[in-house]
Amino acid sequence: MASQTEPARAKGRRKERNWLWPAFAAPGLLWLILLFVVPFYAILAVAMGRIDPLFGLAQPVWNPLQWDPTTFFNVIRDLFGGRLTALALRTITYVAVATALCIVIGYPVAYFIGRRAGRWKVLLLVLLILPFWINYIMRMLAWVNLLSTDGLANELMVAIGLFDAPQNWLSGRSSTVVLGLVYGYIPYFILPLYAALDRLDEELLEASRDLGANPFWTFVRVTLPLSRQGILAGTVLIMLPMFGDYYTPNLLSGSPRTRMIGNEIDQFISSGIGGTEGAALTVVLMAFVGILMSYYLIQVARETKRAAK
Amino acid sequence: MTAQAETRPASVAPPADETRSRVDRLRNWLANPWRKPRWLAVFTFAYLVWALVPVLIAIQFSFNAGRSRSAWQGFSLRWYINDPSLSVLNDPSLRAALTQSLKIAVLTMVIATPLGVGLALGLARWRGRGARPANTLMLFPLITPEIVMGVALFLVFTNLFSFVDLGTPAQLLGHVTFTISYVVVVLRGRLFAVTAQYEEAAMDLGASRWQAMRLVLLPLLMPAIYAALALVFAISIDDFVISAFLSAGQDSVTLPVRLYSSTRLGPTPALNALATILLLITLLAIVAAGIALGRSRRRRGEHGSGVEDLAQFDM
Repeated sequence: MASQTEPARAKGRRKERNWLWPAFAAPGLLWLILLFVVPFYAILAVAMGRIDPLFGLAQPVWNPLQWDPTTFFNVIRDLFGGRLTALALRTITYVAVATALCIVIGYPVAYFIGRRAGRWKVLLLVLLILPFWINYIMRMLAWVNLLSTDGLANELMVAIGLFDAPQNWLSGRSSTVVLGLVYGYIPYFILPLYAALDRLDEELLEASRDLGANPFWTFVRVTLPLSRQGILAGTVLIMLPMFGDYYTPNLLSGSPRTRMIGNEIDQFISSGIGGTEGAALTVVLMAFVGILMSYYLIQVARETKRAAK
Repeated sequence: MTAQAETRPASVAPPADETRSRVDRLRNWLANPWRKPRWLAVFTFAYLVWALVPVLIAIQFSFNAGRSRSAWQGFSLRWYINDPSLSVLNDPSLRAALTQSLKIAVLTMVIATPLGVGLALGLARWRGRGARPANTLMLFPLITPEIVMGVALFLVFTNLFSFVDLGTPAQLLGHVTFTISYVVVVLRGRLFAVTAQYEEAAMDLGASRWQAMRLVLLPLLMPAIYAALALVFAISIDDFVISAFLSAGQDSVTLPVRLYSSTRLGPTPALNALATILLLITLLAIVAAGIALGRSRRRRGEHGSGVEDLAQFDM
């Protein structure tokens, strides 16, 4: 070592590092390629594959040159003006209404905890994060308990005179499913928004006040535009999983009247037959979610560029 | 205030003095929203009650002495241990779900954490051509909807890697796949602070590369690694969709899958007990992760607790 000059040593070290760090990353990368990238290809291979004429089972076709898009196009046709149109519209309506409710309910909460909570902030933050770590199914189970015909929520509504008799909330009611979606996903909306509002520079708000804006206009002109990024992040974050949700309508309704796209996919997979159609639906869902995702990423990139200017 | 008190509708019977002053005080407290956002405080309080009380009620009824999940019949541990055939302890299928969940979570933790640590280290220090695509690839499992990943894994295990049986093996591989990225995210936060200079300094002082890693880098990363272990455990035990898609009947039912399949079948409070146990295990793991993250933060010289760090995980 002593005989080596400094640059030579550094060079040797650099050469060594050329393979060392990729070698560290290799096992994890290999895992993700085999069990994340390849499975995605498998969805395509099944969606564009054949159906075994004898057993009616889906047969994947791995060579893209032999892909047969008939089933895929059929599914697209079903979605736009066919058997699945009502399902697609219902899914979009549920997600849109639930997301809007999440924004209306979530914004004041995020705003209060992020900007106005004072000494209560840490406690409130813990309570805000708690639902993240309560299992989603358990949170739905809690509402199934409350909303069943002999449940406490039903008793309460009868007691305060809202209804004469207990209602059956748990079969085929869109309102229950939408409220379930709101209840399930709203924590994921509030948190990124909270982070955005928490980061907000107090001096900007003071400047606005000093320049004569009252609190209302300060909020509309300063706080709201500056938290747009947080709203967008939260919205995308809840919309992505909501589009693939099947367990919320199943648990809170279980009726064909409240089926979503996710239920259709789940049924194909769990029944084992018609895998081609299920895979094709998943491809459509992926494309849809991918558009949402890229819109979000473009917005973030634009915002970052603007901030850098 | 007096003006408001006078305009109170006459039809409302005037309450007793004490009640009125209390009502006035409440009204006072809610008035003037711009100075201190009282109604925001009330709204936030109402939100938190709405978000948490249903779950608290579900927990309460896991301790019900009777069979009902809505009429309180006294406290007992019947649904946890005492009932000879229906309690979590004595119903073999409930016990099996608990065991299956713990088994998968522990194995996932042991496999995903080293893979993720290696990947995080590699991605943080590797400056080659493959680094950027690798970084992008790593992010995708975090944003892919679970149902898509579930379908993808199901199809690959049934069509291509058919030597992997559905059930425990497939569930384990699936859980590792979607938790690796979380390990990378946790470690990356730490690796921003622990730059390559630490090892270079050690090597300039005569340590070999492996000594520098073992004696300098590893100890500096340890809190983050502990946090990643606990987090992976919590995410794995909490997962529903991947476990459900990759399960193979009775033998591979995990806790959340069992909750899902029994919720609508007129279950006993034992199901609430099972959910409560799941919640307790998850929270223990998360508190452990939070403590480790807090320690990692303090070493970085930052203020605050691990609470806010934790907030960015889990979907």
